[in-house]
Amino acid sequence: MNWLSQILSIAVFNLRSIPARLGAALSAVIGIAGVVAVLTGVLAIAAGFRKVMTVSGSEDTAIVLRAGSDNEMNSGLSREEARLIAEAPGVLRTAEGPAASSELFVIIDIPKRSTGTDANVPLRGVSSAAYNVRGNMEMVQGRRFEAGKNEVIVGVGAARAFRGLDAGSQLKIGPDTWTITGIFTSGGGIAESEIWTDAAVLQSAYKRPDGFQSVYVRLESEAAFTGFKDALTSNPQLQIKTTTLAEHYAEQSSGTSGFITGIGIFIAVLMAFGALFGALNTMYSAVSARTREIATLRAIGFGRGPVIVSVLVESLILALAGGVLGAGLAWLAFDGYQAATMNFQTFSQVTFAFAVTPALLFTAILTASVLGLVGGLFPAIRAARMPIASALREV
Amino acid sequence: MSTADSSLVRIRDVTKTFHRGSEDIHVLSSLDLTVAKGEFLALMGPSGSGKSTLLNLIGGLDRPTHGSVEIGGQRIDQLTERDLAAWRAEHVGFVFQFYNLMPVLTAERNVELPLLLTHLSKSQRRQHAGNALKAVGLSHRLKHYPRTLSGGEQQRVGIARAIVSDPTILLCDEPTGDLDRKSGDEILTLLQTLNQEQGKTIIMVTHDPHASIRASRTVHLDKGQLATTAPE
Amino acid sequence: MKYLGLIWSNLKRKKLRTVLTLLSIFVAFLLFGFLFAIKDAFGAGVKMADADRLIVRHKVSFIQPLPVSYGARIGQVPGVQDVTHLTWFGGIYQDPKNFFASMPVDQDQFFVLYPEYTLPPDQLYHWKKTRNGAIVGRSLADRKTLNWKVGDIVPITSPIWGQPANQPAWNFEICGIFDTTKKSADTSTLYFRYDYFDEARTRGKGEVGWYTIRIAKNAAPEAVAKKIDEQFANSPYETKTETEAAMMTGFAQQMGDIGAILIAVLSAVFFTILLVAGNTMSQSVRERTEEIGVLKAIGFSGTLVLLLVLAESCVIALLAGLAGLGVAWMLLAIKNPVAQWFPVLQVPDEAMMLGAVLALGLGIATGVLPACYALRLRTAAALRRNG
Repeated sequence: MNWLSQILSIAVFNLRSIPARLGAALSAVIGIAGVVAVLTGVLAIAAGFRKVMTVSGSEDTAIVLRAGSDNEMNSGLSREEARLIAEAPGVLRTAEGPAASSELFVIIDIPKRSTGTDANVPLRGVSSAAYNVRGNMEMVQGRRFEAGKNEVIVGVGAARAFRGLDAGSQLKIGPDTWTITGIFTSGGGIAESEIWTDAAVLQSAYKRPDGFQSVYVRLESEAAFTGFKDALTSNPQLQIKTTTLAEHYAEQSSGTSGFITGIGIFIAVLMAFGALFGALNTMYSAVSARTREIATLRAIGFGRGPVIVSVLVESLILALAGGVLGAGLAWLAFDGYQAATMNFQTFSQVTFAFAVTPALLFTAILTASVLGLVGGLFPAIRAARMPIASALREV
Repeated sequence: MSTADSSLVRIRDVTKTFHRGSEDIHVLSSLDLTVAKGEFLALMGPSGSGKSTLLNLIGGLDRPTHGSVEIGGQRIDQLTERDLAAWRAEHVGFVFQFYNLMPVLTAERNVELPLLLTHLSKSQRRQHAGNALKAVGLSHRLKHYPRTLSGGEQQRVGIARAIVSDPTILLCDEPTGDLDRKSGDEILTLLQTLNQEQGKTIIMVTHDPHASIRASRTVHLDKGQLATTAPE
Repeated sequence: MKYLGLIWSNLKRKKLRTVLTLLSIFVAFLLFGFLFAIKDAFGAGVKMADADRLIVRHKVSFIQPLPVSYGARIGQVPGVQDVTHLTWFGGIYQDPKNFFASMPVDQDQFFVLYPEYTLPPDQLYHWKKTRNGAIVGRSLADRKTLNWKVGDIVPITSPIWGQPANQPAWNFEICGIFDTTKKSADTSTLYFRYDYFDEARTRGKGEVGWYTIRIAKNAAPEAVAKKIDEQFANSPYETKTETEAAMMTGFAQQMGDIGAILIAVLSAVFFTILLVAGNTMSQSVRERTEEIGVLKAIGFSGTLVLLLVLAESCVIALLAGLAGLGVAWMLLAIKNPVAQWFPVLQVPDEAMMLGAVLALGLGIATGVLPACYALRLRTAAALRRNG
């Protein structure tokens, strides 16, 4: 009999005996399923958060802040500075003028729908070019706000997460009342967590007639960024910091997504150890329950290799079953789950959906396989090393 | 030949029926047996004749479907499970075919096991265990684990465990069944000595005629009933 | 206890299996410890909150300032005993990674409102005499990257407030290092003098972040809060007053879903591992049917056998469980790996207790099935399995 068919016949023989050891086999499968589900779940949170940030930013859009500030919250630009930035070379020109939006960014307290406690919801004052700069804004309900009026539009994520943000209702901020004229999407980007209004109206409400915090621009092309940045940096009238939106959002999300990923991986690693011990136990007892059978096989001429491989195959099959089960559970339970958390950098809320991506599913199955192989390896070696003569007598 | 005072075991009209599926299996039917104090009785019979079942009934491991089992004047078939366990601890020593030692305990600790149920102090327990092992000739194997002992030695430990609490009766189920002839002979000699020198009442199930001739009396079981009493 | 030896010997029967079981339970309880430390950290502010303290802030949002003149007006509201103010400074030392909480405060009123912080009198005196003086909490001063001592001059920059005019950074002199009387209070904060701050900053002069007040013993917090908010209604700076606990709860809720999810996930982890470990423990009893039969033949009563089996699983669960809890506690006591997110991270005492109870519960739960099996086992049948 050749090697392969030896392996096959022992493996089939092993697998057939699984029903007899259902409890142990199931506990290994469940253990591994648990690890995989948790790993996938936690990484899906981080992936979902990152996704919001990455779809928001692109290489052909840029944000300009005051030099020394690390986010919009503590930046500040004057009307004159904003004008100089909009006129810089590299900014895309359209029929309505340069694709540059001077913006104001504040946060307001609105209760969460889930808990009823106040959360810091971002309120953004934008110029008319903002839609063009973002590029993927779409009204899914109602209409855009009208310039000069106390009107706002609400991102679909914010509308879902916070109380009273429905199209047509009124929003009271300080002494002023604003009408919500519509709900918008922005391709899953961070703007969906925000409330937008006319920058000029927000300036007067906040008594900052000439103040902006940032300028968002759409460039002629990705390549235009360097020229744009150099032009601004070399202008002695400007003290600013220029980054592409892709880079800006990567920076902005690093704290929160690092936190989630860090804790997630920590849990997953610890848990993997727990599951590994479980898998080892299962396979060791599977081997020891079959001591006599294995010895008999060896006595009638099966080699060591096939015995080792067959134990590994069994363990791998159990682990894969656990992996598929766990990944499936995580996908069913978590994919698309809507959540909101605070972005540490701006102290403002970001709404996002958990994303169980194909890459994550692959990681999950891979983890399960590794656990299965490691969990099977040592017991397999023990099985192969068993002295045949004494093992035959084992009861 | 046995009088009321000298009879230790009295089994009257005992029937034992097992249910297997819808089928009733009559292992023992209307069996009577008396064993006198100080006897060394061999129970012989083919497989399935009910000899182990009878031994279990005498040892209080099982109850008759019908009939009475009286040991030392006490109806043990009427005891509760709890009382029965306590009764076994005090009155019965078991010797098994496969020794049934605890693989995780040394010879000494195995023998000490039944004494855990008594009020003896640790040092007293150790002393009794030592004496019992000495009686079976294993004083030099106190700290050995069962797997490091030969079959004959393991069975001696088994016997030491059975006698350590000085039981009323010693019940042996095929004590030589798993041993070679020489070791088996040694075990039988040991049992004989215990019977003759210490007056222990022994009931031994065996299918080996060679073993049964060491007993003071042999009874044959067949299909759940006493067949003939072998001539002395 | 005379049966201990027997239990111990049984645990040593399959050393590898016992060790693996111990390890997986250990890991579960290690996680349990961390879980509760994190959960506690999320709620730390709430736990530390003083019932008599209220926070007065701008109604629209926390980032909107209030005028410093409000302090005197708040102080006149009936039921208000003491008032002080704080302002978020967002200071950084050299590198954005060296981020910590930093706030300008009123050096005279601060300790009146926050008696849980203790500063030696000579250091307090020195701070009150030093215009650019600052005090730092023990855990901040001891940070490896900082290692500040009294007398050090530390340059701090703030992305929010920039620098004082014509200076590259805010140079604070460390006048004192404060401790806390509350066990798990956070001491990773730097406080400096508001008078110096207000004079040196280039914008926002005359504004503060929020007010902290202490109400009189017999005053009702809701009533006082309502009165304060009414006082400033329809002004350009409307206020929102709430108890410290309510504000902290709100803040924790902002992290919100993430905290809840972490906890749900960790619970799932915990129970999965326990399920697996429990199965192994049950299995190890089932494998011993014959031996249990022998024990019963020898005269061990069913109850005694049941107790022995239970004791065995309880020993495993307690040994591993307590070790896991202990190690979790110890690791966090030695080093807090996430100081930038949770300045105070420790396994709370209640969690240690709960963990110990859970470990015992696990021992009983995993032992009870096999123990009942051992109890019901018919002795004769158990012995026959061998022949």
